[in-house]
Amino acid sequence: MTNPQHTTFTRFRAVAEHAVLIEFGEMISEDANAQVIHLDRALAGAAFLGFREAVPAYVSLLVEFDPLVTDHETVRQAIETHLSAPRLKLHPGTNRDVLACYDGDFAPDLAAVAEQLGMTIEAVIETHLSGDYRVFMYGFAPGYAYLAGVPAHLQLPRKPAATRAVPAGSVLIAGPQCLVSTLTMPTGWWIIGRSPTRILGDNSDRPFLFDVGDRVTFRRIDRSAFDAQLAAG
Amino acid sequence: MSRAIFSVVSAGPHVTIQDGGRPGLMRFGVPASGPMDPEAFAIANAALGNLDEAPGLEISLAGVTLDCVEGAVTVAVAGGGFQVRIDTDLQGSWTVATLRAGSRLTVTAGPWGSWTYLTFAGALQANRWLGSVATHGPSGLGGGKLVAGQQIVIADARVRPDREGVIPCPVTARPRREVKVVLGPQERFFPATTIDRFLSSPFALTDAYDRMGVRLAGPPLPPEGRLDMPSEPIVRGSIQVSGEGHCTVLLADHQTTGGYPKIATIVSDHINGLVQLRSRSQLSFVPTTPSAAVQTLRAKREVHDRFMERLRLGGSKPSCAQR
Repeated sequence: MTNPQHTTFTRFRAVAEHAVLIEFGEMISEDANAQVIHLDRALAGAAFLGFREAVPAYVSLLVEFDPLVTDHETVRQAIETHLSAPRLKLHPGTNRDVLACYDGDFAPDLAAVAEQLGMTIEAVIETHLSGDYRVFMYGFAPGYAYLAGVPAHLQLPRKPAATRAVPAGSVLIAGPQCLVSTLTMPTGWWIIGRSPTRILGDNSDRPFLFDVGDRVTFRRIDRSAFDAQLAAG
Repeated sequence: MSRAIFSVVSAGPHVTIQDGGRPGLMRFGVPASGPMDPEAFAIANAALGNLDEAPGLEISLAGVTLDCVEGAVTVAVAGGGFQVRIDTDLQGSWTVATLRAGSRLTVTAGPWGSWTYLTFAGALQANRWLGSVATHGPSGLGGGKLVAGQQIVIADARVRPDREGVIPCPVTARPRREVKVVLGPQERFFPATTIDRFLSSPFALTDAYDRMGVRLAGPPLPPEGRLDMPSEPIVRGSIQVSGEGHCTVLLADHQTTGGYPKIATIVSDHINGLVQLRSRSQLSFVPTTPSAAVQTLRAKREVHDRFMERLRLGGSKPSCAQR
């Protein structure tokens, strides 16, 4: 499947002497993100000489290179070649299950979210579980995977003030985005649950649960299942 | 196999175990971390004949005191101009010396610089995370921050009298007050007059300075238009401008993405000099083009490589003062 639209908005921006930023749009969109994932996978499959790493974001891909080996213009040409190649049908991404417990002190903002939206707490949970989530990007901190796909009627702007020291594993929502935190950090997002699923693991072969482009389904568990899961590691 | 053990008598904040870092994982939200001044760190290792990226300690202005409680090992200190004492004897601030059971090493802030490095002729034992012992400050993952009472074990500890003496301090290791930048990648958020102000005004480092970044004091550079750009990747050396127009330079433990525009990016070999400035030090930004920055880096590489090679081989040792 080819898409002739891919060149409508593609901008190359130099980043110091060691990277280029390729932008596919100015606003978050499924299409721009799909182009990011396409180019990212194309580079993973056939990297150019001097390639160091690629960092996918919502609508842009940062491509780091070794300036002793190549330069911005050579890298730009290599990327243009990838972009002008027919776009293969994108692998839909792996489905990943994430367990979530919405009980009591794991969900300090659940009542406030329900009140603001005029829903019952149970309806908020059901709506969150019904979302079709996709990993748009990792950002901010290790293992922070930004999931797009919060249902429209569950979208709230972030809280007016951040909450400090929110535990790792918190299930957070803000606007169309959902995130399961991996570190104890402050956040201004709404805390609606806690997950025992480890997105940031230790020194296994696969320390990060998701790849960008993966689909995510939340599965509800109760407190005893949460404790059992956590104990099992 | 001989080993040396140190007991941490005191360690200020931001004293961490580092190695070459963990590049290649920004796509998972993980910055490379590693030393704030990679050049000085590599020099401290090369002076012992180690690999440039062998594990060592990064020491902040808050300093550190270590007691050698077992064994003996030759160590190197390089980076900044710190005060280095073995027991009560003042050493040069860039130096190779041997520590033996019963001796105390004290490293404290000196006349210049913000970071110094302590490396060992042996293998510093430290906790690995994602293939590296580099400490990621915000999470403490990796080798970690030093705390009083902790022990540091050096496996395969060697005593190398042939390496002892002064380490030459290259001019590139000095603090840098004129820092080269390539504009962008989001300079479009700033009118031309604001870009001019950025390039013509003095800035100063503030106290908001840690391994994640340093906030600058200077003229406000408010971005124009909607500030709703989707989060974009950040690199070490990105100069991010907040909605109120304050600049922050992102450093070793930087967040990997951010939604504020980056007015410019510091060329990588000028970051070492910037981090060796201190709070309230002044600096200014000098523009260069992407291609000129690549050419300059390549041109300087050969000189640097020769310097490092001499150091690894244990060549002649002119002092800082002689250069």
